[in-house]
Amino acid sequence: MTDSHQKDGPTRRSFLAGSAVAGAAALTGTAARATDPDPAITEVQPWARYLGDGVDARPYGHPSEYEAQVVRRNVEWLTADTTSSVNFTPIHELDGIITPNGLCFERHHGGIAEVDPAQYRLMINGMVDRELIFTLEDLKRFPRENRAYFLECAANSGMEWRGAQLNGCQYTHGMIHNVMYTGVRLRTLLEEAGVQPAGEWLLAEGADASAMTRSIPMEKALDDCMVAFKMNGEALRPEQGYPVRLVVPGWEGNMWVKWLRRLEVGDQPWQQREETSKYTDLLADGRARRFTWEMDAKSVITSPSPQAPITHGPGPMVLTGLAWSGRGTIPRVDVTIDGGINWVEARMDGPSWDKSLHRFYYEFDWDGSPMILQSRAHDSTGYVQPTKDALRDVRGENSIYHNNGIQTYAVAADGSVENVEIA
Amino acid sequence: MSKSLKLLLTAATVAGLGAVAQAQTYGLGREALPEEVAAWDIDVRPDGLGLPEGSGSVLEGEDIFLERCASCHGGFAEGAGRWPPLAGGQGSLSSDDPLKTIGSYWPYLSTVWDYVHRAMPFGDAQSLEPDEVYAITAFLLYMNDVVLDDQFVLSNENFTDIHLPNEDGFFMDDREESPLFPPHDVCMTNCADSVEIVMRANILDVTPEDAAAREARAAVAAGTETAAAEEPATQEPAVDENAIDMELAAEGERLFRQCAACHQVGEDARNRVGPILNGVVGRHAGAVDGFRYSGPMTDAGDSGLIWTPEEIDAFLENPRAYMNGTRMTYRGLDDADDRAAIIEYLRTQE
Ligand code: HEC
Ligand code: HEC
Repeated sequence: MTDSHQKDGPTRRSFLAGSAVAGAAALTGTAARATDPDPAITEVQPWARYLGDGVDARPYGHPSEYEAQVVRRNVEWLTADTTSSVNFTPIHELDGIITPNGLCFERHHGGIAEVDPAQYRLMINGMVDRELIFTLEDLKRFPRENRAYFLECAANSGMEWRGAQLNGCQYTHGMIHNVMYTGVRLRTLLEEAGVQPAGEWLLAEGADASAMTRSIPMEKALDDCMVAFKMNGEALRPEQGYPVRLVVPGWEGNMWVKWLRRLEVGDQPWQQREETSKYTDLLADGRARRFTWEMDAKSVITSPSPQAPITHGPGPMVLTGLAWSGRGTIPRVDVTIDGGINWVEARMDGPSWDKSLHRFYYEFDWDGSPMILQSRAHDSTGYVQPTKDALRDVRGENSIYHNNGIQTYAVAADGSVENVEIA
Repeated sequence: MSKSLKLLLTAATVAGLGAVAQAQTYGLGREALPEEVAAWDIDVRPDGLGLPEGSGSVLEGEDIFLERCASCHGGFAEGAGRWPPLAGGQGSLSSDDPLKTIGSYWPYLSTVWDYVHRAMPFGDAQSLEPDEVYAITAFLLYMNDVVLDDQFVLSNENFTDIHLPNEDGFFMDDREESPLFPPHDVCMTNCADSVEIVMRANILDVTPEDAAAREARAAVAAGTETAAAEEPATQEPAVDENAIDMELAAEGERLFRQCAACHQVGEDARNRVGPILNGVVGRHAGAVDGFRYSGPMTDAGDSGLIWTPEEIDAFLENPRAYMNGTRMTYRGLDDADDRAAIIEYLRTQE
């Protein structure tokens, strides 16, 4: 601990001193002027003098030790045990649209299955011409494709139905990740088995201790689903379903069965626990929607945000965030800094892929006064992200799932940020 | 070229569902054997498809439930701690505090049978025989007032006659018909006169702090706790190690119910979710043959951890805090007297 203090001591102090000047100067549009020379420049830093580690010191590379705070976190009071629980992607620390493998949020119903790839089998059974078994090697002999898709848990933002509760987009919006998958089209495998005409439903089952199961309509299965074995180029991580998971683009994360071991074709849905007791949306009148598969369009500002406050004072700043839709792409995001009185269109940057995360930016000069921030996504179907109140009007407060309402942050003059709701 | 042409043709001519049978195949994989399909295809549908033959009564179910489920779900299936409740909540769905259980919310009984059989007891999945699952399901129907007769026997014969109260409480996703759905213009300037903050997350204060702060606090707490725990321990050397307090042990036997979901003791004891606990007091940690311990438990045993009453006491108070990474998913026993009683009972199990 004293060690890390020494490491960032002098540099941090000079950085803060320098930035106060920079902030003041920026308002007038001229660069800051330093009074004392910066020791970060005038003193030879240890890394500039001594040799560092050689190759092979880190056969599998890790982030810099200064990034140790960039980790998944859970909310302990939410669940009885970590083996039936969730943790959250630190989206406030990330940029671009791809989530690093080690930071993709985890949701397990029976802990992480450690599947031996040599013992891995995928079975296709039920209403097919040939009931088949594939090994991992068999799967890798089918034609492959590469696609980036977001995976959002249907319960993302589920703790916020009754109002602002958790202070940080990691917790309110972090049940999401966006990964480039490599795998085989599910359609290719189903064709190999020969789906019979009455086979309108597919049951996907996992090999973990919860034997996770979900019913998927055949139309979706034959459309864009994938059976994936790589994420961002390398093997799936154990916590993401190693060696094989299902990819169900745009649809709720629970359906993306991890450790996929079986696909059964049938003529009716199976009404499994995860599509009756869970993942059904209770409305105010006590009735519930079932089979709410698509993830509605949504956006969130990732910085500034409660865990990523403004530390640089007034002047030029970058506001950024993520937007996505289970029904297509995001051509437009609006941003407000005055609580929705006036809006501007944010600048979209990076690839705009179907059912993938989109990155937006809004660069402006902050005058140092308090702000109320919101973002509002428009998807390629024309759907507009609703306010939380508009959503509550039609859904009540008991839904748990599919909360895609507009997120609000209050920024104080000191740059700190809080999760709030406005009227 | 001919290959891709063939693909194109099949795609164009058979666009309908299920008509993919004629599409290109690669001859990969092998045919599944009936035994293999039977081993994995254990799902049960509302129409009863997939139910094996068998039966079980409410009273049989109660015994099994108390032994294998109650430690987490409560003796009346009402739920213990933050583990899920399985009964109650009828009439609560439209209230501010809906309680979703088998009796109040679940649409189909087949889901109970299927889920208990595939996933419970938590940590020892697929260890129940069909008759046991019928019995547990009958017991859960009874606890939810769906059947009122405690002599009721559920079987594959009468299964589909039973309907859960909330079967009609569900409807297909119709979000796209909601007024929120159609594309519409949005206001961009002067959209409101003023805005007011009406709710703040800081007031609730339920957000986890960052790890460093939490660790610092935990370290402080751990320091004071060990100091407090050590004192009585050093005052006790006068007690005869071998004398067993039978009254305390009897109390422990009763309390052991919450361990019995995972551990067995006695002559016919088998390893379940947790290892056999015969003779555990005074034994090396991680020493039961044929049980797959976690890495940390094996390491602790290898480096000489002995299950003295003091060590078991510390372990039971908070297993995860005592041993980071242990596979014992038990929330811990706060009451020191209860822990002492259970340890006394374990001492009687040689
Ligand atoms: C060690 C604790 C534990 C034990 C013992 C246990 N369960 Fe569970 N049970 C859980 C957990 C945790 C869940 C939720 C799992 C998840 O994350 O999906 C659960 C879920 C359930 C559910 C679904 C609840 C819902 O509302 O969706 C049922 C039904 C159930 N258990 C029945 C049983 C039965 C019957 C037994 C005994 C044979 C049993 N459980 C033993 C922990 C336990
Ligand atoms: C949910 C299942 C579960 C429950 C409930 C449970 N245990 Fe365990 N217990 C385990 C598992 C699994 C292990 C092995 C832990 C490991 O390998 O890390 C274990 C290990 C132990 C050990 C160490 C055994 C050895 O051979 O080293 C003791 C002692 C123990 N448990 C006592 C208890 C007692 C007493 C209770 C009740 C108060 C209890 N447990 C409740 C699952 C459970």
